Amino acid sequence: MREVAVVAFGQSRHVRDSAETSEVEMLMPVLHDVLARTGLTAGEIDFTCSGSSDYLAGRAFSFTMALDGVGAWPPISESHVEMDGAWALYEAWVKILTGEAETALVYAYGKSSPGEVRDVLTRQLDPYYLAPLWPDSVALAALQARALIDAGLTDERQLAGIAARSRAAAADNPYAQLRGAVPVGEPLAAPLHTGDCPPVSDGAAAVVLAAGDTARRLTERPAWIRGLDHRVEAHSPGVRDLTDSPSTRLAAERAGYFALPHGPKGMGGAPAVDTVELHAPFTSQEVVLRRALNLDGPAGADIRINPSGGALAANPVMAAGLIRIGEAAARIQRGESQRALAHATSGPCLQQNLVAVLEGEAR
Amino acid sequence: MSNAAHKEPVAVVGIGQTKHVAARRDVSLAGLVREAARRALDDAELTWADIDAVVIGKAPDFFEGVMMPELYLADALGAVGKPVLRVHTAGSVGGSTALVATNLVAARVHRTVLTLAFEKQSESNAMWGLSLPIPFQQPLLAGAGGFFAPHVRAYMRRTGAPDTVGSLVAYKDRRNALKNPYAHLHEEDITLEKVQSSPMLWDPIRYSETCPSSDGACAMVLTDRAGAARSPRPAAWVHGGAMRSEPTLFAGKDFVSPQAGKDCAADVYRQAGLTDPRRQIDAVEMYVPFSWYEPMWLENLGFAEEGEGWKLTEAGVTALDGDLPVNPSGGVLSTNPIGASGMLRFAEAALQVRGQAGAHQVEGARRALGHAYGGGSQFFSMWLVGADSPAA
Amino acid sequence: MPEVPEVLTAPLVVEFPFTRSLGPVQSAFLTGLRERTVLGVTCQDGRVLVPPVEYDPVTAEELSDLVEVAPTGTVTTWAWNPGPRRGQPLRTPFAWVLVRLDGADSALLHALDAPGPDAVRTGMRVRIRWAAERTGAITDIACFEPSDDAPPATAPVPHDGEFADPVTGITAPARLDYTYAPGRAQSRYLRALADRRTVGERCPACRKVYVPPRGACPTCGVATDAQVEVGPRGTVTTFCIVNIKAKNLDIEVPYVYAHIALDGADLALHARIGGIPYDRVRMGLRVEPVWTEGGRFPDHYRPTGEPDADYDSYKELI
Repeated sequence: MREVAVVAFGQSRHVRDSAETSEVEMLMPVLHDVLARTGLTAGEIDFTCSGSSDYLAGRAFSFTMALDGVGAWPPISESHVEMDGAWALYEAWVKILTGEAETALVYAYGKSSPGEVRDVLTRQLDPYYLAPLWPDSVALAALQARALIDAGLTDERQLAGIAARSRAAAADNPYAQLRGAVPVGEPLAAPLHTGDCPPVSDGAAAVVLAAGDTARRLTERPAWIRGLDHRVEAHSPGVRDLTDSPSTRLAAERAGYFALPHGPKGMGGAPAVDTVELHAPFTSQEVVLRRALNLDGPAGADIRINPSGGALAANPVMAAGLIRIGEAAARIQRGESQRALAHATSGPCLQQNLVAVLEGEAR
Repeated sequence: MSNAAHKEPVAVVGIGQTKHVAARRDVSLAGLVREAARRALDDAELTWADIDAVVIGKAPDFFEGVMMPELYLADALGAVGKPVLRVHTAGSVGGSTALVATNLVAARVHRTVLTLAFEKQSESNAMWGLSLPIPFQQPLLAGAGGFFAPHVRAYMRRTGAPDTVGSLVAYKDRRNALKNPYAHLHEEDITLEKVQSSPMLWDPIRYSETCPSSDGACAMVLTDRAGAARSPRPAAWVHGGAMRSEPTLFAGKDFVSPQAGKDCAADVYRQAGLTDPRRQIDAVEMYVPFSWYEPMWLENLGFAEEGEGWKLTEAGVTALDGDLPVNPSGGVLSTNPIGASGMLRFAEAALQVRGQAGAHQVEGARRALGHAYGGGSQFFSMWLVGADSPAA
Repeated sequence: MPEVPEVLTAPLVVEFPFTRSLGPVQSAFLTGLRERTVLGVTCQDGRVLVPPVEYDPVTAEELSDLVEVAPTGTVTTWAWNPGPRRGQPLRTPFAWVLVRLDGADSALLHALDAPGPDAVRTGMRVRIRWAAERTGAITDIACFEPSDDAPPATAPVPHDGEFADPVTGITAPARLDYTYAPGRAQSRYLRALADRRTVGERCPACRKVYVPPRGACPTCGVATDAQVEVGPRGTVTTFCIVNIKAKNLDIEVPYVYAHIALDGADLALHARIGGIPYDRVRMGLRVEPVWTEGGRFPDHYRPTGEPDADYDSYKELI
């Protein structure tokens, strides 16, 4: 299999409301930034792939106007997924694996401010049995949180701790929206408080991928994608065990995560990654993901979870998953991580999950 | 690129589609996609367990009012525990979806992939979905015809094509559809006169030169060499596939013959080793939502010199018994479940080289082109399929 | 950089009554609700799924063996909703619940009417409160309510799914409210239009003038940065004659929808042509805008009386 690496990552400063810019005006500086980091122009990129949603924008074909920011002339080899940008990255990774491309530009953007994102996401549900009840995204996450508490797997104090750790970490992240001390707040959908929930965000992100020696040429320290996989579960929350995430576990297994060498303390615990970026918009979802990835227990103690602050610090829907991969890769590129796991999710109660294992060159 | 030679050859071993109609009131969204998927699996004599991954495409989510419907459809498509990708590249999406699935096999990420595209237009109204009000924009039109008609007029002006060419295409495609049991429009009593006397909707486009609104789905099973060797029926082999995009509107854009379409075709022919597509290709399934797009695309795809496409149509070259049959299935003019229309072109091209197109089979077809486009004539996807393995 | 004006915003309502056909399993379930009968579906391994799904979430097999289950059940998890939102089952605070109905192995999502979070717990017994008017929809269950009923002693019994006058489709109205913001470049354009001036923007790289500006030069991928007034006159580059009346438009047919290259612009904008019989409009016609009181855009363009433009002068702009 070809070696493919993340060679650059860029993102916008995520904000509650970006009404002063159109989508392309928000996205374009991020594209310029990420290309500048590689020294490539858009015309030198072999394949471009993006992720976004018409439902967030409230307009059909909204992605066609975002393409204006790329400068697709002369015509480019290009595709789009109606998914989080992490899956656009997956499509681009596959394209490079075929040998048809050496480099790829991946971008994603989402503005939650135009609509009520809690209502918009209800349109993602089974249109016969679920969507007519308008169960919002916070309510569904709260059902999952309650199931975890009932099973003795967490409590409200631990959830508050996850929120506090995330926002404290985000204090060092200039792109994050919620940084530093954030109050637990009122119950929004008990057992979840406002502090357990992500901010409503507008933002964009972009990644450049490259193969083998091209990656080495474009950056000093590529973040190699050692494994990448994604899996989906049954749709209805009523047929799933909400305390578990078998699709995350399976994706991680297929991405080679469990086959990584284990740390000295890690027998039976987490493999030897030093950084994990989880796409857990709600605190309770981090608990589910940690269980699926064996991050709890002694081996987990040495692992830095969501040093960026995660989706609890900035949650531009459709880009937040790609940002997890970008943040993990950027940490490797900066030399702050040797091996990292990045995760992205989609759908109600973590229905669909993607796992990437990233690694720096051995030093 | 350097490693292209290491790609795994990809074969189409299963094809399924629904009977396309204005409204499938007997099935749910899941039931509709399931029917096409089941038929593709049956054709390949495979089960859900044989499928490693699913790639779904459709046009805007507003058409059915379900955001990212692949999440809800995962159960119906046997996708639980598997990867699901959802592609959306406007009207070209059916083709792009098939190409994303092709790449999963070509890259050896998966061995056998189910790809599927659908639209259930009867859940809403395409006119509504395509004309959502946008504040600060002057509402001038409803529907796609008004968008494309000025470009047809520009083509006529540029080439001097006679006014009747569009009606010839519509008559041919509707006649071809009579030989395709899955086609939506079966106009048994169609005549050229009826086409030519149908009302002008968006002059120069007549009613009978426009596509219908359909409910329908199309699915294919793609696999590697080992999978093809086990296939009970002949495979169609992918000899080339490409996508090209250009901006929606820009200074210098040629709406009549977009550069992205030319580049996309050239890339596919290069991959397939074709030097004279007009002679080397035996059948073409091209995306013709309005009749005049047949001569326009004939030029754009390199089958005719610029300004000469209409002459092929007029001379009957593109008829089912002509030497370059175009849309033997009846095409988009006869069947248009928007998101699936591109995949139908790809699948019909594959049916031709498998020799399984039934009454609309082009005798002895060995190589066929599937073509789709979308947006403001800005997104293109194409594949070239052959009866022989590309390695052979 | 041009001065950043105050940006414009406007409400955008996306609303449609979707018509959904159901297929046999969902049809039986929703018709059953209308008749106060709750149906589930049996999987090959014997599990009973309520609500009944068409395809087994584990094996993908098609399911069709219906059984009747009880209208009572047990809460498997819940969340308190202090602020009901539009469209949700109850208008007063309630609990979202997943309920495993007696006889079922999966859970159904709905609302539980309870006085407060202290009155709700996992494992509590509940029963369906039926809606007074039932049409064959998931909302025929108004909500759940607390119940002392013990689970029935008998197992679910097979049901043929047959009802008189079955429901085969539902209408699912969906309304979402957005605030549309066209961004900086379009806001500048719209503000100039208010003074009846058409102001495009020039790309700093390729020098092309875009009207209306979209924030980016689409071929160069950079922000357009210099404002350039164009027009007001222009040339019809191509057009069509619209003969079908759109429901949402107050324009009499036939009318001409044209692409017009305003003088000084590098691509055409789209507008209606008036002041001339529709069948006399032609490519190359020279036109100018006609404004009406209070209109944000020119109402239409009309002939200027100048000689037609030569084809070669505008063919690159078609």
